[in-house]
Amino acid sequence: MSGFPILSVMLAIPAIAAVGCLFLSASGARWLALAATLIDLLLGIGMWAQFDVGGAQWQFVEDAGSLGVFGWKLGIDGIALMLIMLSVFLMPICIGASQSITKRVPEYMAAFLVTETLMIGTFAAQDLFLFYMFFEAGLIPMYLIIGIWGGVNRIYASYKFFLYTLLGSVLMLVAMLWMVHEAGTSDIPTLMNTDFPVQAQTWLWLAFFASFAVKMPMWPVHTWLPDAHVQAPTAGSVILAGVLLKLGGYGFLRFSLPMFPEASGELTWLILGLSAVAVIYTSLVALVQSDMKKLIAYSSVAHMAIVTIGLFAFNQQGIEGAMMMMLSHGLVSGALFLCVGVIYDRLHTREIDRYGGLAINMPRYALFFLLFTMASIGLPGTSGFVAEFLALMGVYQVSTWAALLCTTSIILGAAYMLYLYRRVVFGELIKDDVRAMPDISLREFALLAPIAAVVMWMGVYPESFMAPMRGDVATLVARVARAAPASDSQPTIGKAPAASAAHAGGHE
Amino acid sequence: MSTSANLLMTLPEIVLAVGALALMLVSAWGGQAVTRAVSWVSVAVLIGAGIALIGPASSGGEAFGGLYRADAFAAFCKVLIYGASAVAIILAPRFFTRTAGDDLRPEYPVLILLSAAGMGMMASASDLLTLYVGLELQSLAAYVLASFMRQDTRSAEAGLKYFVLGALASGILLYGISLVYGFSGSTVFDQIATAYSATGQSLGLTFGLVFIFAGIAFKIAAVPFHMWTPDVYEGAPTPVTAFFASAPKVAAMAMAVRVAIEAMGPATDQWRQIVIFAALASIILGAVAAIGQSNIKRLLAYSSINNVGFVLVGLAAGTEAGIAAVLFYLTVYVVMTLGSFLVVLQMRDAAGQPVETIASLSGLSQTRPALALALAIFMFSLAGIPPLLGFNAKLAVFNAAVGAGLYPLAVAGFVASVIGAYYYLRIVKVMYFDDPAPEFHKDGSVAEGGLIAAAAVFVSPIGWVLLAPLGVLTLSAAHSLF
Repeated sequence: MSGFPILSVMLAIPAIAAVGCLFLSASGARWLALAATLIDLLLGIGMWAQFDVGGAQWQFVEDAGSLGVFGWKLGIDGIALMLIMLSVFLMPICIGASQSITKRVPEYMAAFLVTETLMIGTFAAQDLFLFYMFFEAGLIPMYLIIGIWGGVNRIYASYKFFLYTLLGSVLMLVAMLWMVHEAGTSDIPTLMNTDFPVQAQTWLWLAFFASFAVKMPMWPVHTWLPDAHVQAPTAGSVILAGVLLKLGGYGFLRFSLPMFPEASGELTWLILGLSAVAVIYTSLVALVQSDMKKLIAYSSVAHMAIVTIGLFAFNQQGIEGAMMMMLSHGLVSGALFLCVGVIYDRLHTREIDRYGGLAINMPRYALFFLLFTMASIGLPGTSGFVAEFLALMGVYQVSTWAALLCTTSIILGAAYMLYLYRRVVFGELIKDDVRAMPDISLREFALLAPIAAVVMWMGVYPESFMAPMRGDVATLVARVARAAPASDSQPTIGKAPAASAAHAGGHE
Repeated sequence: MSTSANLLMTLPEIVLAVGALALMLVSAWGGQAVTRAVSWVSVAVLIGAGIALIGPASSGGEAFGGLYRADAFAAFCKVLIYGASAVAIILAPRFFTRTAGDDLRPEYPVLILLSAAGMGMMASASDLLTLYVGLELQSLAAYVLASFMRQDTRSAEAGLKYFVLGALASGILLYGISLVYGFSGSTVFDQIATAYSATGQSLGLTFGLVFIFAGIAFKIAAVPFHMWTPDVYEGAPTPVTAFFASAPKVAAMAMAVRVAIEAMGPATDQWRQIVIFAALASIILGAVAAIGQSNIKRLLAYSSINNVGFVLVGLAAGTEAGIAAVLFYLTVYVVMTLGSFLVVLQMRDAAGQPVETIASLSGLSQTRPALALALAIFMFSLAGIPPLLGFNAKLAVFNAAVGAGLYPLAVAGFVASVIGAYYYLRIVKVMYFDDPAPEFHKDGSVAEGGLIAAAAVFVSPIGWVLLAPLGVLTLSAAHSLF
């Protein structure tokens, strides 16, 4: 790149627009926010086009020098690129989905734009403390979004969200301070290749785990998520599920695995165990929910568990699967929350029992909802299938037990999602107020259609998304190879018939 | 060294002392009518004292045979002290004119000038007696300021309480000084340090150290010697509270740092235990006790106790980085605190009378959005949430603590900071989530509004541009101690 600081510009545009929104009227703020997020989306697409697949690991690097303890250093690899794309793609959709917000619109738009800046910054930061600042600062706008524009129980949810995640993060900060003193630098690419003493790694790993497990969220520290989701406005849920939940996975990928490989290897059992519990437990909890948003929130916890098992499979398939799961879940659960938002705007209730028979009077809506339901289950042809298949294939090579338990996610996922779909969309259209609901408007169509297109693109031709990440995942796998846990299946090499030996070798 | 060179090094104190005495005469003859003029001249005197810091007063070294030290550390603290004092003078007139009861009298700025002179002595003292004289000058002026609203019983109570407990603290400090003098044979910091570094030091020196630190803990309002703070802060007139929470804190911390590093540096392991205990106890108690408060001034009092705990974390490190972090923290803290009190000054009911309940802030984001945003920034910053500068300050002190190997302190301090976040969040919640309460009386002055805006911009991410220069300044200031 010719020195154009594209990452800084992408950070600055929403930040400046956020300040601008505060001085505008409601509709002015809406348009400014939409324009700013669309410009960021275009810049993101431009960045993807410019991204040199197979080139240098870190691209678009910027270094504006030191600011005391930390430095303004930005740069992305393929993994960060994909997550930034996810953020800038979902952001205009969130702004568009906020039509039903009529209270204090300029502040609302400003909060969302600040969130966008912070999310991009988290993925682009190349300085440990800069990363932490972006990572933590996201709490402020989300606290306000949930607290001001949330549902009935918003105060409780906003506090819980804030304090839970803050407590998780401060331990990580202490670990970061120690690392910087030990390694003498806060540069993330350098730290990713620093070998910390094995004994210290366990402590550092646990400190980072405290933060990322809460953000992820992993069972049993997931309880803030259903509360936050249920109380947040629709667009808030989309951002929460779509991007903020990815911070935990990104953290494992960027910090825990490459910086503490030995500790990661030793503690794989912990991750696999918690993930397996999460898959089964939260899926069962999702099955009995009567609130649509809560159901999708619990399904998010189950899907995030697939991300963690994929990450801790220590192989190419597993980690690629985890990344695909993050992207897929970001799109699909975001879209599902939008689907809930569509009918919530019409009937103002999230009770599943209040609906029924929507396929009759809202056929277009039913089609979109079906697609995203299937993608959530992991039907071939959608993004969810690619993600789940790769992650489970990866973990099978490490732990057949974990793979067995986590594969139930597909069955249980089908159970709770189809059950939800049946109750909401199928059945008789007997309720008068439900019958009076109009099908989706052009605006809602414009919000859902792009997500649907990308979900199918990712399901049919995932190579577009996996190509930029492949090199980075391979680097990571090589880095952690020395600590990879042994497989529990202990396969023995069979005696292949002489005639087909060459053929079998070709498959390896 | 010639007398003139000595005098040149103490020029800031001379400017303040002469200015205060002259203005006292002016107010004695001019009476109530000259209040405004005396206020503005006092601010000018403080600025003049700040200008006098350029030159030998910030780099001259020892003066008067080791009684006084003019170095970068003292200069840095004095800039903070003078700045905070000037703000305390600027925001007073409107408070007193709008509040029923006593009018502002010209003694107010004069007392602040005298206090500032004493605080400068505290920051520059390199002898226990200079230190004590400076401390008493500061304290005596402060006792009068606390009870400045003579017809208000709360104010009188605050002054009395402050006086009694302050005198007790001075007594404890003086007792410690006498022990240290008795067992080391000197009151000059350098010679005391020699006594502490001698092998087989006597128990008397250890006792002296404990008493001196107890006295200092009183002055900086660290737990367990914090009890006076909430009452005094609540009862004193708000501009005086803003003053108490800023300038004297800086001076007392400067004094603590100088005693700890210069006089008792060889005994670091002994005072570190005390400082670590006081730090953690202050952080935790300051956070927990603030949760139940319904008065904003009391809440800010506990907040100041909480913040002193974080400053002490930097001191506990006892390294150059630690002292630099202390100075950086104090700078950010003074700005956040003065900003918060400036917002509190805007809290007035329809009749213009001050209100202090947190509930009256309800829905401020809808009635006064800019004011609410500023207070929200101060609260998030005090809670230590990035990207605001309060976070950088916390990061700096804990960075120093980790650098010195104090891992348990860092972990405990950070975890306790989450408790503190709860009550800062509560203010934001009241302002942003609750339904609007009756609107505040709108008559804020341009000066106050400008100061609030400047403070908010300083702690916002825009303030990041100041991080690098502040880092250089604090490091060079800390370096002058070692």
